[in-house]
Order: sequence, then structure tokens, then C-alpha cells
Amino acid sequence: MVDIKALSRWSSFKKDKLVDLKYQPGFSQIAWFCMVVLYAPIVVLVVFSFNENRSVTTWTQFSWDWYIKAWHNEGIQSASLMSLEVATISAILATLMATMAALVTTRTQPYAGMNSAITIINQPLMVPEIVTAVATLIFFAAIRKVTGITGVGYLIAAHTCFCIPFAYMPIKARLEDMNLNLEHAAADLYASPLQAFRRVTLPLLMPGIVSGAMLAFIVSIDDVVISLFVAGPGETTLPLFILGQIRRGVTPEVNAVATVFLLISVILVTIIFLVGKNKK
Amino acid sequence: MTDLTVNNQTLSSSVQTQEQRQQKVRRLLLAPSLITILIIGVLPLSVVLVYSFLEPGAFGGVKWNFSTNAYVQLFFEADIFDGSLSFTTAYLEIFWRSISLAVMATLGCVLVGFPTAYFIATQPPERRNIFLFLITIPFWTNLLIRTYAMLLILRDEGVINIGLQNIGIIDQAIPLLYTEFAVSLGLIYSFLPFMVLPIYSSMEKFDFRLLEAGFDLYANRLKVLWRIIIPIAKPGIAAGCILVFIPSLGAYITPEVLGGGKSMMIGNLIYSQFGAARNWPFGAAIALILMAVVLISLMVYMRRTGDKGGLSHG
Amino acid sequence: MVTPKNKKGKTMKKTIISLVAATGFGLLSQGVMAAGTLNIYNWGDYTSPEMIKEFEDKYDIKVNVDDFDSMETMLAKVSQGASGYDVVVPGEATIKIMIDKGLLEKVQPNKMSNFKNIDPKWVDVYWDEGRDYSIPYQWGTTSFTVDTDVYKGDINTLALMFDAPKELKGRINMLNDMNDVINAGLRYLGHERCNSNRTQMKELFDLLVKAKPDWRTMDYSIIEKLTSKDVDLSQGWNGASKRARKDRPTLSYAYPKEGFAGWMDNIAVLKGAPNLENAKLFMNYMMTPQAAAMASNFANYANGIKGADKFMSSDLNTSREIVIPAGSPAPEFVPPCDQAVTDLYTMVWTNLKK
Repeated sequence: MVDIKALSRWSSFKKDKLVDLKYQPGFSQIAWFCMVVLYAPIVVLVVFSFNENRSVTTWTQFSWDWYIKAWHNEGIQSASLMSLEVATISAILATLMATMAALVTTRTQPYAGMNSAITIINQPLMVPEIVTAVATLIFFAAIRKVTGITGVGYLIAAHTCFCIPFAYMPIKARLEDMNLNLEHAAADLYASPLQAFRRVTLPLLMPGIVSGAMLAFIVSIDDVVISLFVAGPGETTLPLFILGQIRRGVTPEVNAVATVFLLISVILVTIIFLVGKNKK
Repeated sequence: MTDLTVNNQTLSSSVQTQEQRQQKVRRLLLAPSLITILIIGVLPLSVVLVYSFLEPGAFGGVKWNFSTNAYVQLFFEADIFDGSLSFTTAYLEIFWRSISLAVMATLGCVLVGFPTAYFIATQPPERRNIFLFLITIPFWTNLLIRTYAMLLILRDEGVINIGLQNIGIIDQAIPLLYTEFAVSLGLIYSFLPFMVLPIYSSMEKFDFRLLEAGFDLYANRLKVLWRIIIPIAKPGIAAGCILVFIPSLGAYITPEVLGGGKSMMIGNLIYSQFGAARNWPFGAAIALILMAVVLISLMVYMRRTGDKGGLSHG
Repeated sequence: MVTPKNKKGKTMKKTIISLVAATGFGLLSQGVMAAGTLNIYNWGDYTSPEMIKEFEDKYDIKVNVDDFDSMETMLAKVSQGASGYDVVVPGEATIKIMIDKGLLEKVQPNKMSNFKNIDPKWVDVYWDEGRDYSIPYQWGTTSFTVDTDVYKGDINTLALMFDAPKELKGRINMLNDMNDVINAGLRYLGHERCNSNRTQMKELFDLLVKAKPDWRTMDYSIIEKLTSKDVDLSQGWNGASKRARKDRPTLSYAYPKEGFAGWMDNIAVLKGAPNLENAKLFMNYMMTPQAAAMASNFANYANGIKGADKFMSSDLNTSREIVIPAGSPAPEFVPPCDQAVTDLYTMVWTNLKK
């Protein structure tokens, strides 16, 4: 199918330049291949979450068993909740801070030290996870010993830290793309910069903030290595739970949870997508 | 109308001092993120630096005596026969394997990610969003679980091998799993969206009608791609490469699951020093060296892309 | 005009300060654990939920169970202190290290009311002489499992791993564990464990290098490797072998004539445990035959408590993986090697996996 289309585009090169200028041979095939590669594992895990058999290798019969079992599995439940809690709080904190930071780096005149500030914001991206994990473990243990404070705050702090650059990138990109004239006009219209920000800049910036928050959330909820070293008692996140299961073989219960997560996220993202569309 | 003009005039009179003051106040907005990262991200690294210059404690931990042994150990080891110190390539080989795998993963991501991003960017706006949506969805499933799902696809009795056998292309399973190929594939798979999204955003704003001029100049798709599209996508490609290369370099769960754990990566090496090997200073030293590798490659990379950018302008 | 702008500046400052405070608050808000909780840190999928539930109901204590993926992770985390955990379940070599490093609280289970239930052979053990710190949780052996349909010869020899027959070449999974692999190799060669003899260690290194191409993987997930038919032989623990046999009935657990390792995971209490009294209650509870049996029924290993067998599922009491057949060598419990030997082990291991 795709090939024929491509060929016909080639042949119509002269006739319809506008459509065809963008065309690069093979690119659409690669894009579709990319989609297949991205989705193949997902399809497999969704399918096997409905497999009646315990083995995750051979299909026997359709059943809801693993969903029921996962629902009753306290370990999975609390790990999922913990993951959601940590990811939500970290993503919100990181997005707030990243938004503020991005406003500075794009909306103030460059000053001495701004570049180093940007470097610092990107720092978590530059350090391989295992290094951060070990460093944070030692550091947090020292704080715990000195202050005696325990709790999930440490895990959230660590997640917030590595989420900031991920939230920062799309917000900064959006701010750079935004038309400054609009903001200047707003600055003239409204008495205070805060009002101008709230009425004009913020709404325009919203798509950037949403994608920043989503990216931060995803990065947080997927994290294994740093969580493994930082998490305290009762702070097993879903990836940690799965990691603990590996020695005994991952059961389709985990696939079932993953499928549920996937479904929720698809619904959530669809809603955001549709709401955004209606606003336009 | 008149109101506005008056307002404007009053504003402009005090605009300079206010502007300056405001600028300074605004800079404070950087404080939360900077403080967070400095305390949680940077400060712990100094602990690692200190540890790397100490002696290993008995059964883990550190002894507070200054020592450069950790760095010596990286290149020299006591010979297994007579205990004399000799040059060792073991760690260099592990570094080399990790770096080459990370480079392969990055290249793979560019080769697949760039055309994909380009394809999405050239779609009508409505469909673009749908495609972006599709690219990010797999991200919402835990990476560990997805890596396990890849295991199910690649193994001898997995989807690919059984499928090919059923079609009759092969009679015997091709060993795909537990190879460097599987590891690269796993890394590419894990980080592909980190490549697609930045490249897409660098091309999104481009007015593709401008390509017409390009065709007039170069009259050849390949040249147009090379001379116009790639330079435009360059910042995105650069960002994507950084986002893929660094996590691939430190990755240690994907290589273990898909590679079968027979060969070490830097991540495993560091981890084992804090575990079974019970040599924390050495682990700290390798961690720092890994960071140095990252920083050096970033610098080299930036200089190179910077030069190229200069050339294409000139 | 100036004043309102200044005000704005102040509000902005205030916002910033409150945000910074909020971040800090996130760190600080979670205070010390409430009374009536107990935090357990154990291997993944190794703690019977039924047993925990009963303990919770009996003593009105909320139990948090967290999993670790390896002994090393656990040790790295708790050795920094102030981990917040009360009860950990270290293996015999690890617990020795932990006692020597002063990481454990001397809770003296030997003075507790249920101590009489412990099988005497598990009281005077090298890792905790007289049991001042710990009680047995589960114990088992580390050997290997073979598919007897694939290899029909005598399975009770380490040669299958280190000098693999044709059928098994490229179909072997070894544990990704330095000590387990090296010690098995030393047994095969007939050399001492924790060996500092360089000639013998060189011999071992050559053996491993020669054997490595026959190994397909080196991984902890042995049940999955065996049941998915990725491999036909896997080094591993007896209980895991039993669980794998359920899905692949032709598997058989070997008791090699050259010897094999024994291990015991022990319940211990961390120094500075926030819920020390609850941890002691848990320890005493775990010495009841009923609780020990629940743990075994879930984890598929033997425990060290007398009378627990009455409450254990019958196949545990009779299965070939749990009951060591007569005529096999006794399982060897290897103490942790000293740092010089560990460095030598590490060098062999790194060079093997480089």
C-alpha cells in the first residue's frame, strides 16, 4: 500500500510540487516501522495479560484471572499507588520550578551567569543514573543520620531533581517560539506584569507546561535505579516491585497492571488532547 | 485610547530603573530549580569525589585515609600469578563496550528517529498531533515491563522466531536474544522517543514551501535533504543524541535482561563495586571517570557540531 | 507607579520563598513513623502475605514489606545507616559481615520464649554463634537444575556446568553471582573456597574462561530462564528449581558429588530500628511452627523450626529439591572471604566478564 502511494508521488513530482516537495523516499516506511517497533512489545504484553496460563510464553486461553489477582495483590496495589504519588508530586514540583526557570532564561536579558544556570538545570541529564543513585544514597543517608528525619520526602526530592530538566525543555522551547509582540502588547494593556503573565503568557504557554509535566511524570514513574537506592521503608514503587519479582519470574499479573496503567494514560492523554482541541 | 497613551508615557519615564529592578527580581525565579539541583544533584557528587580518594573499608564502606589506589587500580592490577602490578585492559574493555553500545544505540535512534520525526512534521497539523500521541503512548508503560515484553518477542520460542518458522523462512530458531544486537535494539527501543520528539520540535515550525527554492537550487531530493532539512533539524538531532547517549552509557538493567548478563557494562561494574566487590572508593572513581567520559564527549560533540554549523553558514 | 511595582516584586519574592519552603516541606513533612508499625526488608516475592496478615491481626501492628533485588543492594542501603527499616533478612555470609560491622542490634532471640522451637543444628552456626542476633528464616542449597530429557547421563556432577557435554553447550544459565560461580568452580577443581593461592586461582580463571562460551546467560531469573526453555541447565536454588519443575516436569535438581553450597537467610534487626519492640515481637512470632510453615509454603524452602513440618504442604516435606538424598555430600556454608581474597575474586570475575 505505502509503496504504491510513494511511487505515485514520485511520478507526480512535476505535477504537484506542493504536496510532493516534502517527500523523501523511504521516510514514511521508516516511520511506520518505528510505530510497529514501539507497539510490538505493548501488544504482546496486553495479549499475555489475558492469557489463562501462568507462563508468559505460550498462549492457552482467554481469561480475566490476572486482573482479578492483581486487584487483590496488596503489594502491587500499594506499589502502584506509591508510584502515582511520587510521580504526581515530583512532576508538579518539577514543572513549577522548570516553568519559573524557563521564564528567566527566555524572558530576561542575558546576564553573566545565565549560561551556568542553564548548565546546572541540565546537570541531571548529564550524569548517568547509576552515579546519581550511589551519590544520592550516601548523601541522603548522612542527612537522615544528622536530622533523624525519614519519609517519602527524600524519594520525591530525588525524583523532582531529575525531572526538572525534562520539564524545562518543552517549556523553554514553547517560550522561545511564542511571539514576543503579543506579550509586549499585553504588558501595555495590563497594569502589572503578573496580570499580563496570567492573562496572556500563561495561556499561550500552557501546551508547553502540559507536555513538560507529562514528560516529568513519565520519567519519574519509569525510574528504577535511583528509586532502588533512595526509597525507604514502605516506599516500593511499581518498578521496584517488578524488579523484586524478577528472580522468581514475572507473572502476568504485572502485565495486567501495565495494561490498566496504559488504558488510564490513553484515556487521560486523549482527554487532554480533546480539551486542548476544543479550546482552539 | 488617550488613557493608554498617557499610561504609556508615564511608564516610559520610569521604565529604565524599573526594567532593571524587575530583571533582577525575575532572576530569582531561577532559585528554586537551581537550589534543588545544586543540593540534590551536584552536592552528592562531591561526596563521590571525596570517596574516590579514600581507602575501602573492611566489608564495604570507606576508611578515612587518603589514597589514590582507586585510580591506579583502573589501569594496573596485581598480576594473578605473582602479585606484581601490571597494566590491565579489563576496565578499558568494559568502558569501550559500553561506549560503543551507546554510540550504536544513538546512531540507531537517529536513523529511525529522524525520518520518523520528519514524516510527522510533514503531516497535516491534525494528524501530527495524533502521531505525536502515538509516539508517547508506549512511554506510559513501565520500561521494565516493556523490556520483558521484548524478551517475549526475541526469544527462541518468541513471536519473531515462531512467526518466521510458521511462514517457513527458517527451520531453526535464530538466536536473537542475549546478544549485543538485542541490547542495542533494547536501548534504541527505550530511548527512541527522546530522539523523535526534539527533532520533531526543531522541524515543526519550518515552512516546507521554502523547499521549492531548494529544489530550484539543488534539484535533487538528497541534496535538499542534506543542505536544507538536516541543518534545520540539527539542534533537535543534537539534543536527541545527548538524551539517548547518556542514559545508554549508564544503562545496566536493559543490558542485563536482554544481553544475558555475560558481559559487564560500566553500570554493572560500578554497581558491583558497591556490592559484591566491596570496594566503594573504586566504584566512586569509576563513576567519576564515567562522568568525565560523558562531559568530554559532550564537549567534543558540541565543538564539532558548532564547527559544522559555522561551515554551513560560511 | 513605583510602589505597586515594588509590591509586585515583593509578592513574587514571597511566592518564591513559599515555593522553596514547600519544596523543603516536602522533604521534612514526613515525620518519624507512627507507633504500631514494622518495616521489613526482604527478597522480592519471598514473604508470605498470609503470615504477615496473621502477625498484623495478632499484634495490631501495620507491617510494610519492601523487596530488594540482591543482597548487595540491601547491604549498600542499610550500611549507610538510618534506612528506616527494622527487620532485614540477610543470608549467612552477609549477616556475618553485618554483625562484624555493628549494623545489627543485639536483640538476643536466644532469650525469647519461642527460641526452644529452633532446631538445635541451626543454633551454633558460624555466622551467629549461639544466636544473639538472628533466627533462621529459610534455608536451602545452591546447585543446579537440568532437563533430564535433554541430558540423559548422570546429572550429579559439576562437570555439566564447567565441561559441558554436547547437548548442553550454549544452553546453560549461571547465576550472576561472583561467589556462587567462583566457589562452584573451586569445588569442581577440588580447591579450597576463599582461596588466596594464586596458582589455584589462575587454574580456576582458566577453567571459567574455557567454560564461558558454553554458557548462554548469567542471570538471577532462573525460573523464567528454565520454564521459557531459554536454557536446559541453570545454576540456582533448590526452591526455585521446584517451582520451575511445576511448569517443566522433566527438570531435575542435581546434588553434585564435588559438593554444593548451603545457604540460610536469617531474620535480624537493624541497629537503630525505629520499631525495635515490634521487631522483637516479629522475631518471636517467626519462631512459632505455624508462622515458619506459612513462610515455607510460600517461598518453597525449608525453615529451621521444629514442628513446622506438620503445617507444611506435604510435597515440601518429601520433594527431592528440599530433602537432600542420602549419600550426597553435606551442603557447605561458605563464610565471607576476607578483603584480599575478595579482591582476587573480583579480579577473576571482572576479567571473566570484561
